[in-house]
Amino acid sequence: MSTSVATRNRLSRQTWQFTEDVRIQATATVVGPKEGEGPLGALFDRVYDDMYAGQDSWEKAERILMEDAVNIALEKARLKPDDIDQILAGDLLNQNITANFTAENLSIPLMGMYGACSTSMLTLSNAAALVNAGYANYIIAACSSHNATAERQYRYPTEYGGQKPPNAQWTVTGAGAAVVGIGGDGPRLTHATIGKVMDLGIKDPFDMGAAMAPAAVSTLMTHFEDTGLRPQDYDLIVTGDLASIGYAIAKDLLQKEGYDMDKVYNDCGLMVYHPDQEVFAGASGCASSATVTYSYIVDQLSKGLLKKVLVCATGALLSPVSYQQGDSIPCIAHAVAFEGGK
Amino acid sequence: MATKTKKGIQFPLSKAEYKEQASKYRPKRNVLQNTFRAFWVGGTICLLGQIITNIYINFFGFSEQDAGNPTVATLILISVILTGLGVYDNIGQYAGAGSAVPVTGFANSIASAAIEHRSEGYVLGVGGNMFKLAGSVIVFGTVAAFVFGALRTILNMLWAG
Repeated sequence: MSTSVATRNRLSRQTWQFTEDVRIQATATVVGPKEGEGPLGALFDRVYDDMYAGQDSWEKAERILMEDAVNIALEKARLKPDDIDQILAGDLLNQNITANFTAENLSIPLMGMYGACSTSMLTLSNAAALVNAGYANYIIAACSSHNATAERQYRYPTEYGGQKPPNAQWTVTGAGAAVVGIGGDGPRLTHATIGKVMDLGIKDPFDMGAAMAPAAVSTLMTHFEDTGLRPQDYDLIVTGDLASIGYAIAKDLLQKEGYDMDKVYNDCGLMVYHPDQEVFAGASGCASSATVTYSYIVDQLSKGLLKKVLVCATGALLSPVSYQQGDSIPCIAHAVAFEGGK
Repeated sequence: MATKTKKGIQFPLSKAEYKEQASKYRPKRNVLQNTFRAFWVGGTICLLGQIITNIYINFFGFSEQDAGNPTVATLILISVILTGLGVYDNIGQYAGAGSAVPVTGFANSIASAAIEHRSEGYVLGVGGNMFKLAGSVIVFGTVAAFVFGALRTILNMLWAG
């Protein structure tokens, strides 16, 4: 019964409790034009009005987004790249190239991480654990996605005139970075719940929300069970990018299991864009949860307007090869619990 | 309420149950509206083709049969320019099959892939990826043409014999 052994740090095989004063030192978000026009536009640190961000390819533009996010976060934390022990970073492109090239430019030791769109909380939870254990003083957790690079990676050429169904989602162009360290007066990181891969047989790659909802439900239920907390103990619980369909499924499933999600539950995929921005069911991509968490949520926590927040980033772990070979979509979700600063 | 076992939380639904549940949340596609849009946009493209054909016949002295090729070329040119200007994908989102089925849709699939892969160079990028989407149309179009061509020849021979 190894799973029932709880220590101070290990609540279960999935949930960690951070026992030190692990805090967000600073965060930064950089986005593209469409995100800048969204409801959170004013909260982002930098908005590029050009999808190329002055580069000659979208892939290079995505690196600029991530590099900017890291540099702005460092500036806000009054730290230099040399002060950072490691960067934990990931993106959606083959071989994690955005993270690799960015870490090369910054010359910060890298641990590349891939969790599809759940990379935001995958990197943040690991950063917190390493800092809590004393393996690092400061770690940066960063991730990025770019609408055009993701379209190329997963779907069709951007100018191809194929019709997308109403349950499709719009990949966020943006990057988010967080500096994690001990002490300070930023939001505290208290728990992390590492998700299991969930595959409930959804095969349509345009049906991401429905595919990912079970992963979010599984991770959230595990989190509540392991910590003894109830949804109403939080001021806000967000999932990463379930968008309108996945959000409704996840909410109903949790309600049916006896978790009262009323009033506290939202989805980052519904917070990035205005409903009239033609994004189908909502936002997706690593940057969906990263840009919302590292701008609006951290801002609200720092100001004391939100006291306890749970961010559950969701990721669809498919590849173009796996779905063309007829596999269904395996999905994962990782959750990190935040507590207001000061 | 979910039960906590030593394996942790169990997901409350089986794959089959979940699939059925999830399908209830999927927004219905408005088939009637999509059909109407495809009809009028596709029809308009065909009408445009007819106008171009008539121009070639009346002003450039083409015969009705010879006007076909320059008409197709003109439609392809228009489609490629609209693709380059970033307009054709918006038409496609609105019209669906209406703008995908005509020759303009075929041109769009090639031009969009060429633009997309330009950053990987001309040979392996543009050249190697241009027919990524159109390739299967060409392959199966040729195979179908061969099969029906062969059938027709055989039937003709039997008739004649």
